[in-house]
Order: sequence, then structure tokens, then C-alpha cells
Amino acid sequence: MAVKTFIEAIREALAEEMRRDETVIVLGEDVGRKGGVFLATDGLWAEFGDDRVIDTPLTESMIVGASIGASVNGLRPVAEIQFADFIHPAFNQIVSEAARMRYRSNNGFHVPIVIRAPYGGGVHGALYHSQSVEAFFCHVPGLKVVVPSTPYDAKGLLKAAIRDEDPVLFFEHKKMYRSVRGEVPDEEYTIPLGRASVAHPGNQITVVAYGLMVHYALDAADRVAEEGISVEVVDLRTLRPLDRETLLGSVRKTGKCLVVYEDNRFGGYGAEVAAIVADEAFDYLDGPVMRVAGPDVPAVPYNHVLEDWFMPNPEKIAAAVRTLAAY
Amino acid sequence: MAVTEGTSRIGDLGRWAGLSEADLLAMYRIVLLARALDERMWILNRAGRIPFVISGQGHEGAQVGVTWALQRGHDWIAPFYRSIATCLTFGMTAREIMLAQFAKANDPSSGGRQMPGHYGHPAHNILSVSSPVGTQILHAAGIALAAKLRRTGQVAMTFMGEGASNQGDVHEALNFVGIHKLPMILVVENNGYAISVPASRECAVEDVAVRAAGYNMPGVVVDGTDVVACYRVAREAVDRARRGEGGTFIEAKVTRLTAHSSDDQQTKYRSPEELEAQRARDPLPIFRRQLVEAGILTPEIEERLAAEIRAEVDDATAYAEAQPDPTPESGAWWVTAEDVPPGPAGSGAAPSGAVSGGVSSASGAVASGGALGAVGQS
Repeated sequence: MAVKTFIEAIREALAEEMRRDETVIVLGEDVGRKGGVFLATDGLWAEFGDDRVIDTPLTESMIVGASIGASVNGLRPVAEIQFADFIHPAFNQIVSEAARMRYRSNNGFHVPIVIRAPYGGGVHGALYHSQSVEAFFCHVPGLKVVVPSTPYDAKGLLKAAIRDEDPVLFFEHKKMYRSVRGEVPDEEYTIPLGRASVAHPGNQITVVAYGLMVHYALDAADRVAEEGISVEVVDLRTLRPLDRETLLGSVRKTGKCLVVYEDNRFGGYGAEVAAIVADEAFDYLDGPVMRVAGPDVPAVPYNHVLEDWFMPNPEKIAAAVRTLAAY
Repeated sequence: MAVTEGTSRIGDLGRWAGLSEADLLAMYRIVLLARALDERMWILNRAGRIPFVISGQGHEGAQVGVTWALQRGHDWIAPFYRSIATCLTFGMTAREIMLAQFAKANDPSSGGRQMPGHYGHPAHNILSVSSPVGTQILHAAGIALAAKLRRTGQVAMTFMGEGASNQGDVHEALNFVGIHKLPMILVVENNGYAISVPASRECAVEDVAVRAAGYNMPGVVVDGTDVVACYRVAREAVDRARRGEGGTFIEAKVTRLTAHSSDDQQTKYRSPEELEAQRARDPLPIFRRQLVEAGILTPEIEERLAAEIRAEVDDATAYAEAQPDPTPESGAWWVTAEDVPPGPAGSGAAPSGAVSGGVSSASGAVASGGALGAVGQS
């Protein structure tokens, strides 16, 4: 077992899947010779060549639309959108086409593609290199949405996503690419989509998070532990399909639930989590379902003071935990 | 950009294009069948038996001509909502077209989930149609990319109107096809209207095929009422694509003989004089006259064809109308691969393609699989 960075785990998953299955191709902006702007695909072009590692024009709709077509004719494209902020030109292809192909053809066609995109703030990326876009896509039946938080999960989930028979959006927090390390087994493994994990066991408050926010929640859990508050951190890993069993199991045990997400608060993914907990675990709750989320401004501002103001962090999460613990 | 020479200037209909008399009659039969089905659809709509019609009348000659150049069962098409004759040429049957009109459970296009006109058929490589226009051009580019990488020898042909030609997806697709010389053919069926807006208000150019120059591929304008000329330009495009020389942009000038759909009233924006003049651009009598003058279509054959088609449309209508609707619970099936019908291993799932009957069309031996493995679709 070796310790690897988050981005090394992504790169290994891609390379191993491309070696295992010759129908897997990678396409996107700068993914070839350069290896991607974050180097997630570094080395793939040298190993697999022009046919299977395709530098595309700056055409996000084409990246997804052509992936859809290639997938119905026998390939398994892994499309990279350079930043999640730039995925919106492909929205129609993702929502009207990829997500609906199986349903609208009554299982006649399906679209086994993965769309990878770096997301998230805290990296001085400002309004157009910091966004969290998962809520747009989690709303859409027919899509699967994965947001890993550890190198181990990233590798296992990406491999599962590539092997999945339906379109998967795979969001990677760019701040974690090199700052998060973890053990990754040498042997082959996958992690099934749709299963959350308990990242830290506890019994007084459930904190639900995904992506970078899992790390901040773990940090917050450590801080309040010194004050005698026991926090259970649930890492959702896959946002759609949601692992209701693990989520509700934890909340029924602790009786309190705090949802943490980096996206804008209003209508964010955490709102759905809160609604499900309210619907299905009401009898177990000892306090309101609370949220820590980004403020309702269009996106993350650039200046570091403003960026810090926008971003959820361990202090903000710990403060919310203390408030909830007081109920 | 080239403007294709019309068939009328060349004697010996079809032979110069490599079409036999049997081919020509089979093509004519599909034009007749498509028209008869289309007319029946409007009658059913006006009688309150189907809620919606979107029509291909006026487009059938171009559709049959270009589609005939493909290898059925090997190549791919990504059609649009007027592609009745295209789909018939590529393997769908009258019954299957009618199942879509009645939105029945065994409709191979969508199991009754989509509006009529949104055809698709996995067994025939007819990609499912959606409603946002122009999206399918990217799908065809992707199909062509897979064909090139897997070395299957397949060609992807995709269809749309001139209104869709202004969508960004179309530009993105053609640019990608041009860069990689992908085996994709775009057929624009230019009927002069995007619902109510005339082409002069949609496109800055009269011939949208001139845009092909921006994608480093040939752009060809062809008279869409001239079936054999349409076949000939498509044949050349298919040959180019198979030789690895890339895509072609074909613009067939057609007319729209009906309103945009059953929910449109085109007399509000087209004058009686214009509509009358457009009748002269109906490909059906033009093709018929060519075949009669060439001595191919005799009164005996015409009589036989008319009887056959009447029977086929009657059969398709009666058959489709009698089929069961989808069950309410089936509405939840096939969102993803996991959403299977109940029962042992999802045994209730018979997605598509079980309807018998056939039309003759372009032949096609299936080429061998290529470098990148086998086709993965069910």
C-alpha cells in the first residue's frame, strides 16, 4: 500500500482502465501532450497515443455530445471539462441528451460516459474557476454524480464510474489534487457507486459532507471533541444515487444533523439532504436540520478576504456544531 | 460549394448513378409509403385518435435519395423529427412508424414515451431523436469518431432542417469532423422555414452549404425533389467518407407541404400563392414522372404499388391502434440500468425491435470489427 495524492489516484484509475479496456478513451481540452491543466491525464497521451487521448477544441458541448455518440457506437469516453465552471455550454447535451437517452429510447440506447470536472473554491480561482455545480446535475434523473474525498475513494469510484452503463458526472475538488494524500492499495479494486462511508464515528451529531468539506468536517469534529461533543462525519461520496440507508442510519443514531456544502446555500444539494432527513427521520430528531454552506452570492470572489468569507471552513462548521449541540 | 447537376439533364434515369430499375422502384415505393403514412397520420389527428403529428411531406424524395447511399445494418443515421422516409429507408416498417404515432408500449422508438416523430431503432442503428434541434449532429460526429478509431468502416449520416443549422452544436460538430476527417455526412433539408420564420430571417446566406468551407469539407447543394440526384451526391459523400477523406455537407432544397405540425396554421404566414407554387416542388409527382418517362413505372406496377401501400398503411394503422398502452408502473423503468422491470432478472424488459415487416432498401454487408473492440450496445 502506497501513499498517493488525490490526483495521482485519478491518473492511475484512468491509466488502468485504459489498459484494461481498449474502448476507453479520454478527450478534453489540453488533455493530450500537456496532460491537462492540472496534469490529471499526464502520461496518458505518451502511453495511449492520439487515437485514445484526444485534445479537443474549446467546445464543451462537443466534448459531451461527441462522447454520447461515441458511446453508442462502442467506445467508453471519459470526457474532461477543464473546470466545472465551463460545463454550462454542455448542459443541454448532458441533461437533454445523455441523461435521457436510455429513458427516451425505452432502454434501446444508453450512454456509458464519464464527465470529469475539477470544481470548488479556496484556490484563488474567483468566479469562474471555483464553482460547485453538482446541484444542477443532481436534480436530473438519469445522471449519476460522484464527489470523492480521498485518493482511495477517487480511484475506486472513478474505475466504477468508467465501468458504469450510464452517464456519470465525476467532480474532483481542485484544492485536494495535491494537498490530500492517502493510502491506495496496489491491487485492483473498485468502489460501488451509491454508497456513503462513515469517515469518523460519533454519537451526538451527524455532519453530512462530500468532497473537500469532508476534510473540513473532520477537522471540526476534532475541535469539538475536545469540548466533549461527539460528531459522526458521513462522507456521501456519491450524491446521486444517494445512500439513504447510511445517511438515515446515522441521523437516527445521533438525533441531530448538520449538512455542509460549498455551493450556494439556497437550493443546494444539502437542501435535498435536509428534506430527506426531515421526511424520514423526523421522529428521531432532537434539533433542526442545519446547514453550513456558501452564501447566496453569484460565485466565489477573488480577493482573499472575500474568498475566506465565502468558503465554509472548520471554524464555521465547528460553530454550527456547537449551536446544534446546544439543542 | 458545388451545385449538383439535375437528373433531368441526363438520360437513362438512374443507370449512370449505379441504380437498377428495381432500386428505383423500391425507392419510389418508400416515397409513396412515407407519403401515405404521413397523410394517414393527419387524418388520425383530425379524427382525434392521435394527439400530434409532425410531418415529412415534401422531404421524402431527398430523404430516400440520400439514405439509399448508406449500408443498412452497418452505417448509422442520427435523424430528426421529419425523417419518416429516412427511417423507412433505413429499416423501419410502416407498423413501427404507426406505433410511434399511437405511442404504444411496443413502439421501438421510445415505448410511447416520446412525441411522434422522435424515431429511433437500435437494431437498425437509428439513433433516438430528441426535440432540441441540432444536438444530434454532435452525436453523429461521435459515432463517426468511434467508427474511425475502431476501424469499422461505418459512416454516420445525420439530418436536420436549415433552422437547426444556426445552432452552436452544429458548428462545434462540423469543426470537429473537419479537424479529424471523420466519416460523417450532414444532410440539411432546407424547406425555407423554421416553423414560421423564413430562411432569409434565419440564415445570413442563401445556401447554408457554403458554410462547409469553414470546416474544410465539401458543401453540396442539390435539388431535393430530384431523388436520383440526391442519391448521387450522397453516394459520392459516402465513398469519400469510407476512403477516410472526411465529411460532407449536403443541402437538399425541399419544400414543406404541410404546416410545421398539427398545432400550426401555416396560412398565417404563407400566402395562398406561395403554397400553390410549392405544390410544384412536391417530389412525389416529380419522381413518378421521371420513372414513367424512363419506362420504368408502368400502369400495371403503379396499380399494384397503390394497392400494396393502401393495404400496408391500413394494416399498420389497425395493428398499432390495437396494441396495448404502456402500464403506469412502467413509467419508472429505464431511467438507469438499475431501474429494471420487476420479475426474474428484469425479464419483462423487451425494449424494442420486435415488429416484423420490411421495406427493401440499400443492401449492406457488415464490415469486420476494428482495432478498438466490439460494439457495446444492447
